[in-house]
Amino acid sequence: MRTVSRWFQRNLIRIYAVIAFTYLLIPVAYTVAFSFNDGGKSNLIWKGFTFDNWMNPCGAPEVCTALGNSIKIGFLATLFSTILGTMIAFAIGRHKFRGRSTTNLMIFLPMATPEIVLGASMLSLFLTLKVNPGFWPTVLAHVVFCMSFVVVTVKARIASLDPRLEQAAMDLYANEFETFRRVTLPLVAPGIAAAALLAFSLSFDDFIITNFNSGTMTTFPKFVYVSAARGIPPQANVIGSAMFIIALTVVILGQIVGRKRAVK
Amino acid sequence: MSKSGISRPGTPYLLLLPGVAFLFTFFLWPIANLAQTSTQTPVAGGDTGEYEQSLRWQNYIDAFLENKEQFGRSFLYAAIATVAALAIAYPLAYAIAFKAGKYKNVLLVLVVAPFFTSFLLRTIAWKQILGEQGFVVPLLRDLHIIAPSTTLTSSAFAVVSGMTYNFLPFMTLPIYASIDRIDPRTLEASGDLYANGLTTFRKVTLPLSMPGVVAGTLLTFIPAAGDYVNAAILGSPQTKMIGNVIESRFFKIVDYPTAAALSFTLMAAILILVTVYIRKAGTDELV
Repeated sequence: MRTVSRWFQRNLIRIYAVIAFTYLLIPVAYTVAFSFNDGGKSNLIWKGFTFDNWMNPCGAPEVCTALGNSIKIGFLATLFSTILGTMIAFAIGRHKFRGRSTTNLMIFLPMATPEIVLGASMLSLFLTLKVNPGFWPTVLAHVVFCMSFVVVTVKARIASLDPRLEQAAMDLYANEFETFRRVTLPLVAPGIAAAALLAFSLSFDDFIITNFNSGTMTTFPKFVYVSAARGIPPQANVIGSAMFIIALTVVILGQIVGRKRAVK
Repeated sequence: MSKSGISRPGTPYLLLLPGVAFLFTFFLWPIANLAQTSTQTPVAGGDTGEYEQSLRWQNYIDAFLENKEQFGRSFLYAAIATVAALAIAYPLAYAIAFKAGKYKNVLLVLVVAPFFTSFLLRTIAWKQILGEQGFVVPLLRDLHIIAPSTTLTSSAFAVVSGMTYNFLPFMTLPIYASIDRIDPRTLEASGDLYANGLTTFRKVTLPLSMPGVVAGTLLTFIPAAGDYVNAAILGSPQTKMIGNVIESRFFKIVDYPTAAALSFTLMAAILILVTVYIRKAGTDELV
């Protein structure tokens, strides 16, 4: 009995971690499992295993239109926010200038503003300007909240660079531009890539701000929300599961590549 | 192109210009516009959704008094969810940082993994798990933890547990980052000075991990206080939060001034709480 209790004590934190992971991952497992459910249109109760939904992911009306819109918005929002955010990150991370702390505050504010306030304020501006909510207003709204996260991510990468590498390049008669292109940029690139991935996943998964600014256009999260009342079709689970597998693969590949580089 | 080009004194401003101009146009201007909307009143004899500026500050008081219950609920739910997430995330982050060994990266991927599926799908899955057909309710009933007639969905419990679940990775990652940065030698030093495990944790590990705890609680509390998706999917009319009110004022009732006044009150309340909290916690690193 004493050994049991001692084992328990020593492994308490591990047991706790296992329980926490179960809590984190059960809804994911549920989502993936129900993508194989033979449940017809309303995917509420387990009725039996089938591959039909995976063979026919666009089978439910609207689901692929919604997915297409989300991918397009995500791509554009990622592109703009990564470019603008990276430029700001270089300005803050590499230069001392007046107004630096004000800029920092301005980057922090969109992250500290609740999504509903961001969404509502942009919609109220679009209404005042008589711009109809839809595709482009949604893209612009996404750029606002993605940009701050890009700045923070890239800035962290810039801060971790060894300044001696750039000095070495300069000592070897590289001018500032060459140093930037051949030393600084390649070193910061993984940070930019991580920021872009983060921006895409934030944009792709956003519901609240999108709901305010997209008007009648549907996106994947909007599709899920609207169909939640009558039960979401299993195709939505297929798309959710596929995204999960793709993202997991990208992250794992990234880690393997990163480790290989580190070994070199 | 010798030393000129990139290092001109104007360079940082050129780099900042597009992004900052963008934030001015699509963040600050909308916020200013929302402020303007918040004191408007309906145009006499106008259509629904037509408002004019009349600087009616009373809008704020009306909006607050009408919805103080939902305000209270938002902050209460967000606070409980934040504490619950902290209670789950801290030991988890500690275990990953100190006990995971070579599986550290794998476990970190598992912490972020939920983000890779749509959060709406996960919230709906959570509803099904807590629902009558899920496995939790029958289990708890068999164990006599809840009465046979008790349900878990459409309750405050469901809303808070959904929020805790959805924001848990936001809590775990910053805490992990700050625990992982702790030099193990500081812990050894503490042991050498005859501190036991608990004292070492209280005097060394916990203070050193505070920046992560502060960041994590903010990243959980702020979105949770403004959230309306969990309340909409997992709750009932009795668990409505301020987000639900703002949403319905905007879309169903087309009452823009009230929605704007509520948004502003929410933002102000959050900013005040956050400032006080950061001061108390003694980390200015974030801002």
